[in-house]
Amino acid sequence: MKKYSLLSLVRQSLNYHTGWERAWKSPEPKENYDVVIVGAGGHGLATAYYLGKNHGIKNVAILEKGWLGGGNTGRNTTIIRSNYLQDASAAIYEKSRSLYEILSQDLNYNIMFSPRGVMMLAQTHHEARGYQRINSANIIQGIKTEYITPERVKELCKIINIDCPRYPILGALWQPRGGTARHDAVAWGYARACSEMGMHIIQKCEVTGISQQNNGSLDIQTSRGSIRCNKLGMVVAGHSGVLAAQAGFRLPIESVALQALVSEPVKPCLDVVVMANTVHGYISQSDKGEMVIGGGADQYNNYSQRGSFIHIENTVRALVEMFPIISRLKMLRQWGGIVDMTGDRSPIISKTPVQNIFINCGWGTGGFKSIPGSGWAMAELMAKGEPGVLAEPFSLERFKEGRFIDESVAAGVAH
Amino acid sequence: MLKLLCPYCGVEADETELVSGGEAHLKREGPESSDEEFEEYLFLRDNPKGIIFERWRHAMGCGKWFHVARCTETMEVFGTYPAQTYKPPTKVLQEIKARRH
Repeated sequence: MKKYSLLSLVRQSLNYHTGWERAWKSPEPKENYDVVIVGAGGHGLATAYYLGKNHGIKNVAILEKGWLGGGNTGRNTTIIRSNYLQDASAAIYEKSRSLYEILSQDLNYNIMFSPRGVMMLAQTHHEARGYQRINSANIIQGIKTEYITPERVKELCKIINIDCPRYPILGALWQPRGGTARHDAVAWGYARACSEMGMHIIQKCEVTGISQQNNGSLDIQTSRGSIRCNKLGMVVAGHSGVLAAQAGFRLPIESVALQALVSEPVKPCLDVVVMANTVHGYISQSDKGEMVIGGGADQYNNYSQRGSFIHIENTVRALVEMFPIISRLKMLRQWGGIVDMTGDRSPIISKTPVQNIFINCGWGTGGFKSIPGSGWAMAELMAKGEPGVLAEPFSLERFKEGRFIDESVAAGVAH
Repeated sequence: MLKLLCPYCGVEADETELVSGGEAHLKREGPESSDEEFEEYLFLRDNPKGIIFERWRHAMGCGKWFHVARCTETMEVFGTYPAQTYKPPTKVLQEIKARRH
């Protein structure tokens, strides 16, 4: 595969850009692979990538029911941060954030990582104390965050109204090295790198059944024929429960819809990411100028990828209160993704009750930021058969043992 | 907007008036139960893509808990029924059968 570089850009432009090759191949599925990953979203592709890069396992297929990166990877608000309370979470999210910093060079694909800073507003006294506590934890964990005053909030974000009538800004947890990245590019970059290593990315291939042979290998029935593999990784987010049922086990997961929306593009006016967890509104400005807005998740189980209208109203109402300047913006698009929520709001990277099947799910509403770290940890688990330091606390067993990584208490909300 | 008919007060309530309580008809475990049984009761869920029986509370209305048969894929509601039961009533099951065949 030809490397992307300034030179190749110049060469192609002289050629009217007719010489670019496809970023990844679309081969017919083989009968046999060492590893099959179900789900070609960010997490699935990252798992495959680090299996090849870190562990030399390249006879890998990545099966995708729809199209590559068309699930939650293409449906989020692209926020990247690692300011978590619990040590296990901080470790994996910080690993992820630090991998994002070098990902464009690593993949030779511009993922447009923009460490513009993430600000989590404290709007109740309880929340303010909570963020000060996280800030203290982050200092011990070696993650650079800062608890800042309302005046500093205003300085960093000119368009914010710190005297909101319902919930005035009392302070904020500021992570200067957090930010955003281009979500599609993350999926495409990993896909291109996987394809380059000889891995098979098979789209429009739905898994319809999973059965285990006596020798431990797995037969996967798909809409494109039967595929056999030694190890299977399930990385399908919202549909994890559906896939687990095919393999005969249940998960501590409930699937709900989470929505986001974008406004018409406007001139640059917001160069940080602002998250307001009390009122459920998240906002940043994309490179195109659109305001990218996220809100709360639906309260009931749902696979419809739409979400409830009431959440749009609540989110927009909260944001207009904080950013009066956006009150006359028109919204362009709205979409929903199905997120997989666990009881403690922390993910699962684990062996399963079925030998040689591994699962990576439960990222809930915080999946995008964790893509590289999640793939890194999952690849280690699948290659060695045992979890490494990053994945170990996130086993399925923790629900039986009561060993939770409780980020719902830490953040006070789904996030 | 999801609308559910409260089987107690007869009000057709918007979802803003209701609170979801998750999967219904779970087997409640007692003090002598094992870790596995508690895990099952507290955390493991069918999380079906399709028909679900779930608990709802008419929180901003009469305050009563009730049950709903709903499809998580199409958001179709098949019926609501009082919570004092271990399994869905025949009428609701018939309604599901009638619309799914």
